[in-house]
Amino acid sequence: MAGNILEARGLRKSFGDLVAVDGVDFHIAEGETYGLLGPNGAGKTTAISMVTGLLEKDSGEVVVAGRSITTSSTDAKAAIGYVPQDIAIYPDLSARENLDFFGRLYGMNGKERSARVGEVLEIIGLADRADDRSEQFSGGMKRRLNIGIGLLHSPRLLMLDEPTVGVDPQSRNAILESVERLSQEGMAVLYTTHYMEEAERLCDRVGIIDHGKILAEGTRAELVALVGQRDRVRMSTNDRTEAAAEALRSHAAVDEVTASDGGLEVLVRGAAAALPRLLELAAGAGVGVTSVEVVEPNLEAVFLHLTGKALRD
Amino acid sequence: MRAAVLIAIKDLRQRIRDKSFFLWGIVAPVGLAAIFSLLLGSVADGDSIRVSFGAVDLDGGEVAAVFTGDVLGSLAEAEIVESVVVFGSLADAERAVGAGDVDAVFVLPAGFSAAVGGGGEAPIEVIGYVDSTIGTQVARAVASSFAGEINGLGVAVGTVFAVEGSQPDQAAIDALISEVMQIPAPISVGAIGAADKELDSSTFYSAAMAVMFLFLIVQFGVLGLLEERENGTLNRLLAAPMRRSSVIMGKAITSFVIGVLSMTSVIVITTVALGADWGDPFGVAALVLAGIIAALGLMMLVAAFAKTAEQAGNLQSIAAFLLAMLGGAFFPVAQAGGLIEAMSKITPHAWFLRGLGDLAGGTGLTGILGSVWPILLFAAVTMGLASLRLRRMVAP
Ligand SMILES: Nc1ncnc2c1ncn2[C@@H]1O[C@H](COP(=O)(O)OP(=O)(O)O)[C@@H](O)[C@H]1O
Ligand SMILES: [Mg+2]
Repeated sequence: MAGNILEARGLRKSFGDLVAVDGVDFHIAEGETYGLLGPNGAGKTTAISMVTGLLEKDSGEVVVAGRSITTSSTDAKAAIGYVPQDIAIYPDLSARENLDFFGRLYGMNGKERSARVGEVLEIIGLADRADDRSEQFSGGMKRRLNIGIGLLHSPRLLMLDEPTVGVDPQSRNAILESVERLSQEGMAVLYTTHYMEEAERLCDRVGIIDHGKILAEGTRAELVALVGQRDRVRMSTNDRTEAAAEALRSHAAVDEVTASDGGLEVLVRGAAAALPRLLELAAGAGVGVTSVEVVEPNLEAVFLHLTGKALRD
Repeated sequence: MRAAVLIAIKDLRQRIRDKSFFLWGIVAPVGLAAIFSLLLGSVADGDSIRVSFGAVDLDGGEVAAVFTGDVLGSLAEAEIVESVVVFGSLADAERAVGAGDVDAVFVLPAGFSAAVGGGGEAPIEVIGYVDSTIGTQVARAVASSFAGEINGLGVAVGTVFAVEGSQPDQAAIDALISEVMQIPAPISVGAIGAADKELDSSTFYSAAMAVMFLFLIVQFGVLGLLEERENGTLNRLLAAPMRRSSVIMGKAITSFVIGVLSMTSVIVITTVALGADWGDPFGVAALVLAGIIAALGLMMLVAAFAKTAEQAGNLQSIAAFLLAMLGGAFFPVAQAGGLIEAMSKITPHAWFLRGLGDLAGGTGLTGILGSVWPILLFAAVTMGLASLRLRRMVAP
């Protein structure tokens, strides 16, 4: 397919009896940000390792920028920037030295390299600590350097494997912002995460992965449509919740009512239109509603819908 | 190859920065060599040991006179031998040696000169004082050297040893002998075997410590592979556009360069500061290069089978000490005989030191090839075994 920076077909990998990746297909268009969303152990790292040529595939095929990627690829890997899940930097080298070393390894020379190193130090917000040894950095700073190394050579496809795990909210936001910026500048991104909000915020398309399989794939809207256009209305009530539940079920737009502690959860098609009537029904049943919250469907709900379990436990 | 060199440069920068190279590659070997040669050198070099010889001329001929006069005289002149006493009768001589007045007595039998001229059998006998093994062995070497000189004339040298009891300090003996052999004519150096040649103590300990620490410091390269695996950077390297084998190559280059830097530094510093005399530079270079490759081979073998960098480091350190000990870096084992001696011949250390001994004896580059190839054989075997497994470390 033309216009795709990455095509992965039929990826499969077992470790002994465990099938870690079980027939995964996906593609990423030029400049697109694609997310692999799934819980721990879903097979995200295994999949990304095969795509980068680090791990031998049991079967399947990966093409990046028109060139097949295998474990023995050399030049073809230059199109890829890889940010491993675990921080991988040289602690006894400074941020600048870390970047400079990998710049050389990717064949960047002289002026171009030092200019780009300076640029990346700005992007990852480490310009003022550039010459400090990275072992002195905080966890968040190390994470950012970890990412900086991956995007240094301006790869056409940047792969980030759970880049925000274990960082403070501030660093996390900085990371998400820089990914957004890179994406705006035209870099294609493969982003794996188990955080629903990150996938929603960053990704043009998302593949939902569990037990080594992509269960569903598409834009946020497409995925949400799988659940049906049902909003989740949470009502806090004083008591008599059973009576209220009974009354609400009589409304035509309501699909499901469940009692939760201190209130009710109502799955309803078109919450905005139905809400006034729902409140009337509750009042008619003699139930006092103290607060109402409308939750539009999200990828979390999609995941729940597809797997019957929560994304995080 | 480019990537391998880049990795090596990065590694060297790290190693120089953490000072491990300076400590283990320069300070430790030079420091220990200095300490050892100060402590043991004075003894081994014969500065404080003086032997006195006696001689009995039962022959009275011309050749016997050359020996008692010129040969023994030149030893006294060179201040290697404290005194030379010529006894009038065998009984006097035996009494003197029995009482320890002299360390050894040369007995030139009747008919000695005639035998030299006519091809008969008339060996020089050496009678040694029971407590002076050093003196006896030196005397024996003198006699055999003299015999070597006039070898074509059919003189055999016999020695009578009175060596009993305590083990001799072989290093001291050999050092003394080598000094004797360095005196110019009439004693020829050419007659003694390679094993008899020894380094002076500061050169010996400089070389011994240098080669021992060489086997320790090569780990700073190869072990980087395990370290990179542990801190995740190995995957980063493998994701870069280069061959997987470049990583191993890079680490090998690092070890090699560290080995060269360490050996060169130790050679220069010990030459200047300790007065070590390493001998013919080309010969030394050949031995050093072979030694580095052997150290690299052992390190690769250890790395290939160890589970963690720490474990490999420990194993390599133990192996480095054992091989150094077995190879005679601390005390001479070549004369130990039996299993130890046989095992010592496996170690690159033994051949390295022997090669340097040959160089000290005046041999050039070609003369030490016999010591270089066993070192390279060690390298080939260890690298061969390592390569069976090492590739797995970067295997996908
Ligand atoms: N090298 C390995 N050996 C054995 N099992 C592995 C290995 N790598 C991953 N796994 C297993 O494969 C599954 C998927 O792991 P992974 O790809 O790391 O998931 P994720 O990145 O989505 O958390 C998990 O069950 C994990 O335990
Ligand atoms: Mg993972």
